[in-house]
Amino acid sequence: MSDTGREKKNFKRKAEATMKKLFVTVGTTQFDTLIKAISSEKTLHALSELGFTHVTLQTGRGEIQPQDQPRDKTSPALTCYGLKNSILEDIQAADLVISHAGAGSILDALGCGKKVLVVVNEELMGNHQTELAEALARQGYLHFCGVSSLLTSLREMDYSNLVPFPSGEPQKFAEHLDHVLGFS
Amino acid sequence: MWIVLIGLCLIGAILLLSVLYLLSGRKHVPKRDKSKDTVSLLAVMGSGGHTREMLSLVTALGGHYSPRYFIIAETDKMSEHKLQQIQTSNSEIIYIPRSREVKQSYITSILSTVRAVLFTVPVIFRLKPDVILCNGPGTCIPVCFAGLLLRVTGLHNTTIVYVESFCRVKSLSLSGKLLYHLIDDFFVQWPELKHKYPRAKYIGRLF
Repeated sequence: MSDTGREKKNFKRKAEATMKKLFVTVGTTQFDTLIKAISSEKTLHALSELGFTHVTLQTGRGEIQPQDQPRDKTSPALTCYGLKNSILEDIQAADLVISHAGAGSILDALGCGKKVLVVVNEELMGNHQTELAEALARQGYLHFCGVSSLLTSLREMDYSNLVPFPSGEPQKFAEHLDHVLGFS
Repeated sequence: MWIVLIGLCLIGAILLLSVLYLLSGRKHVPKRDKSKDTVSLLAVMGSGGHTREMLSLVTALGGHYSPRYFIIAETDKMSEHKLQQIQTSNSEIIYIPRSREVKQSYITSILSTVRAVLFTVPVIFRLKPDVILCNGPGTCIPVCFAGLLLRVTGLHNTTIVYVESFCRVKSLSLSGKLLYHLIDDFFVQWPELKHKYPRAKYIGRLF
């Protein structure tokens, strides 16, 4: 490995060592395969290796609500809930957000300046929501993967190269609408 | 069989409306002054991401958009809560039946859309909003239908504005496809869509 390569890798480790809190959100949908995958022993073990100490799962309309079981000391603490009026606090508290591919959840997480890994629901493949994750990943705002590649992605993704997401400009729309309606 | 017939009638009605609408063209817009004049606004809330996007559009609008009516589906508790946070004395929430739940089949969608249209038309005719703002949930179809009726019958000069959701990158939603030819002010959030649908407007990312 070249010196710069090694430096990059070290930087990545350093950046990820500061990631302690993970928030997983499925919005108002049902995405039990993601919840199952995250709460599996294997994934929790990998998360603890990456330095995560807390994992909060927002399970939406899903049927699975994993309970925090006494595991080995290093395993991250698990909190879980279905729906809440606002998940912004949980997003703000997180170092990494794992989100379903819904626009609302993605915009909330990116808007809070968080590192985002979108997990696409492979059961809905061909669904237009995959397009959004792909397009945003192409622009370097986030990473995305499927449930089957979640574990590998968690271990290998480099979040240090993500580009900050500029906020949208709803005021441009307001100006346009004023013009259309004849307001000077 | 009759389900298909109702569907055909609905599509026929929409086509007829669009022809009339295109013939009527954009009506003359009066000069307005923000400090004196107000316009009534009716915003159709979807659910989840749709509501989030609509709220950021509505909150960007000035105080001259008054009164403000918010239409939400009767089953949508989440939007109701979010709306209550931005409600003021000049705003009102109106509940209407859902025209299409996610994953509902196209055939039963037609039936519930007919039910929603029958409910919605009188509401819109009573409110006569100056602007209808919608962004893609099934609920917006009957509302826009009623808005178009207001225009073509000359009862009110309602401007209908459609903003396609940020989640549509390469293709329009079902509502978007139905409304694309009927609406002057049709916004998309991705330049790819603008290329595919030249009548659409792209003025950057709004959310």
